[in-house]
Amino acid sequence: MSDVRRIERSQVPFQRDPREEAAAAVDLSTVLAGVELPNPILPASGCFASGAEMQRFYDVTELGALVVKSITLEPREGLPTPRMAETPSGMLNAIGLQNPGVDAWLEHDLPWLQGKGARIIASIAGSSVDEFRTVARRLRRHAGIVAIEVNLSCPNVEHRGLVFACSAPDSAEVISAVRRESDVPVLAKLTSDVTDVTEIARAVVEAGADGLTLINTVLGMTVDPETGRPGLHNTYGGLSGPAIRPIALRNVHQVREALPEVPILGCGGIRHVTEVVQFLRAGASAVSVGTATFVDPFVGPRLIDELRHWLADRGYARVTDLIDTIEPWT
Amino acid sequence: MATRAGTIEGRPDTDDPVKVTCEVLARRREGAYWLLSLAAPAIADRARPGQFVNLAVAAPDTLLRRPFSIARVSKQGMAAGTVDVVFAAHGPGTSWLTGVDVHDVVDVVGPLGTPFPLPQRQVACLLIGGGYGVAPLFYLADELTRRGLRVDMIVGAATQDRILNAIEAKRLTASVTFTTEDGSYGEHGRVTDVFDEVVERCGSGVVYACGPNPMLRAVSERCRERRIPVQVAVEEHMACGIGVCFTCVLPIRRKDGQVQMKRACIDGPVFNGARIAWEDTRYEIGPPLVVEDEVDEQPEPSRPTDADVWGES
Ligand SMILES: Cc1cc2nc3c(=O)[nH]c(=O)nc-3n(C[C@H](O)[C@H](O)[C@H](O)COP(=O)(O)OP(=O)(O)OC[C@H]3O[C@@H](n4cnc5c(N)ncnc54)[C@H](O)[C@@H]3O)c2cc1C
Ligand SMILES: Cc1cc2nc3c(=O)[nH]c(=O)nc-3n(C[C@H](O)[C@H](O)[C@H](O)COP(=O)(O)O)c2cc1C
Ligand code: FES
Repeated sequence: MSDVRRIERSQVPFQRDPREEAAAAVDLSTVLAGVELPNPILPASGCFASGAEMQRFYDVTELGALVVKSITLEPREGLPTPRMAETPSGMLNAIGLQNPGVDAWLEHDLPWLQGKGARIIASIAGSSVDEFRTVARRLRRHAGIVAIEVNLSCPNVEHRGLVFACSAPDSAEVISAVRRESDVPVLAKLTSDVTDVTEIARAVVEAGADGLTLINTVLGMTVDPETGRPGLHNTYGGLSGPAIRPIALRNVHQVREALPEVPILGCGGIRHVTEVVQFLRAGASAVSVGTATFVDPFVGPRLIDELRHWLADRGYARVTDLIDTIEPWT
Repeated sequence: MATRAGTIEGRPDTDDPVKVTCEVLARRREGAYWLLSLAAPAIADRARPGQFVNLAVAAPDTLLRRPFSIARVSKQGMAAGTVDVVFAAHGPGTSWLTGVDVHDVVDVVGPLGTPFPLPQRQVACLLIGGGYGVAPLFYLADELTRRGLRVDMIVGAATQDRILNAIEAKRLTASVTFTTEDGSYGEHGRVTDVFDEVVERCGSGVVYACGPNPMLRAVSERCRERRIPVQVAVEEHMACGIGVCFTCVLPIRRKDGQVQMKRACIDGPVFNGARIAWEDTRYEIGPPLVVEDEVDEQPEPSRPTDADVWGES
């Protein structure tokens, strides 16, 4: 064991290395719905807790911004286990929005994030329009919160449990309520489990969304062939990971084509730098990385570093030059 | 899959978990199980009994890491900086691991989770292990003996070949009682069938257990009835192992009676067994294997409490 190599991220190369210098000169900054970010690599909600757990591995403020786990009005203990089932190149989850509730989040989690100087995207969830509205109101006027992401993949108790994101009017109602309360840009996070994602996208943009997060997990199921038991206690759960990447990319591109002015945070199955590039090319201004963090806790800083090199090696000076650069077949 | 051994990502000079690529130093069978010895000094230095490591596997279609208890670490001597895990070939991930060769490189995150708290006073310790759950208890037994504490063990398994390293169990303890469900080795029955007898004979003041969750439930409930402090290392399906996904939760009863879902990977895997709200879990204790004799009710001797042993409030 002689070749122990410590990877120190801030290490300056000993010798002048033209490739490293070119990479260091690349401008990774991007703007998402009016929010300036130092780079386009963000964690995905629910895959990064509230940040402190990840600080054990690296300085989480290196990331473009921190998208925290969805916050509801009251504390929620979530669903019984098993909450997770692995599937080919992906996983299903049914957590049930376990979180401490907005008051405890403001009291404990937010001060920690503020102390670190993090740019926070607060994800909010609710089971009624009123819950979304109240949570958004409580999140007003807090330093560090640069945007609100509205997790619309929640059952609407006032609409027989239909998921908000599956109904254009329900989604629009939530977004306009949150937009009225919020003092920062509002991102609407949509699902692909709809007939036409552009219809929902249009509705939430008209209701005031400043940007869109595409996509949340895709509903799925597994069964143990021997016992007949579903893999998840909840029977159905959200599929994430590489398995959904092409679906996510298609959603980003479809919405970009339909609504070219609307900023997009791309999300779904991203693990490698070439996949970040695909999402940026398809029209995303930044990306969220979820499940890949479970496999590699260091995926965020690694992608930032690899993106720099990918761009420099190809002569790009700015990451923004890559956004919306699909070359159609003629 | 990493190809180069010896990379370390993480914070040096802390107890925080790191991600390392490490060479496989040994792979061998241990009865029905497999043992992997990994060259992982950064993990060995930080590890304590009860913690686990999360191994990346490259089996077809798999994505997530696989968690394994740390079975032993060597901090000094010839094998300094090694971390051992013992596992059963179960599904695709663990089957893939049986094919890993000496000199191959595996990618490991650890040490993760909470360690077993050690008693703050002299007390006889009873360690109860089921199946591969015995492995981390060897590591714990070592640590307890080094502190001059008496260690007794109950080792249970379905069949004789699933009794992990009986010689090691005897070497590390003042006494060891074996149980098998088919009676092929030791006592016929489960660990809880010999529990009362062993506790009386050894004067056990605390219990540590690791094994299948239904066994941990049975042990925890027995300890709660007898007011013996008990620490168990649980298993739950884990997507991340690092505390960020909330898939691995267990209901834990607080002092005020309120039940909260706690993450087994970061708040655990070691929990006070008497605080787990087992009745709210899917882990059912199986029907008894052997007809129990009526036990005479005997007055309980005075024993240390949780507060005495761990200083827990
Ligand atoms: C803290 C902890 C310590 C563990 N220590 C050991 C050990 O020392 N030795 C050992 O043999 N096994 C141990 N396990 C169980 C081990 O992680 C599983 O046997 C292994 O993940 C199975 O993977 P697979 O692909 O072979 O099986 P599959 O059943 O195909 O796995 C499918 C998915 O379910 C998960 N899974 C399946 N069984 C378990 C289980 N019992 N616990 C948690 N997740 C599971 C897998 O991680 C994977 O994500 C431990 C589990 C935990 C949580
Ligand atoms: C365990 C888990 C928990 C999640 N929790 C949330 C959540 O609380 N709010 C939310 O908007 N999305 C949540 N998601 C969805 C992710 O943010 C993301 O949209 C999805 O996982 C797809 O990205 P990925 O393939 O990179 O994981 C969760 C995903 C996982 C796997
Ligand atoms: S496994 Fe992800 S929080 Fe425990």
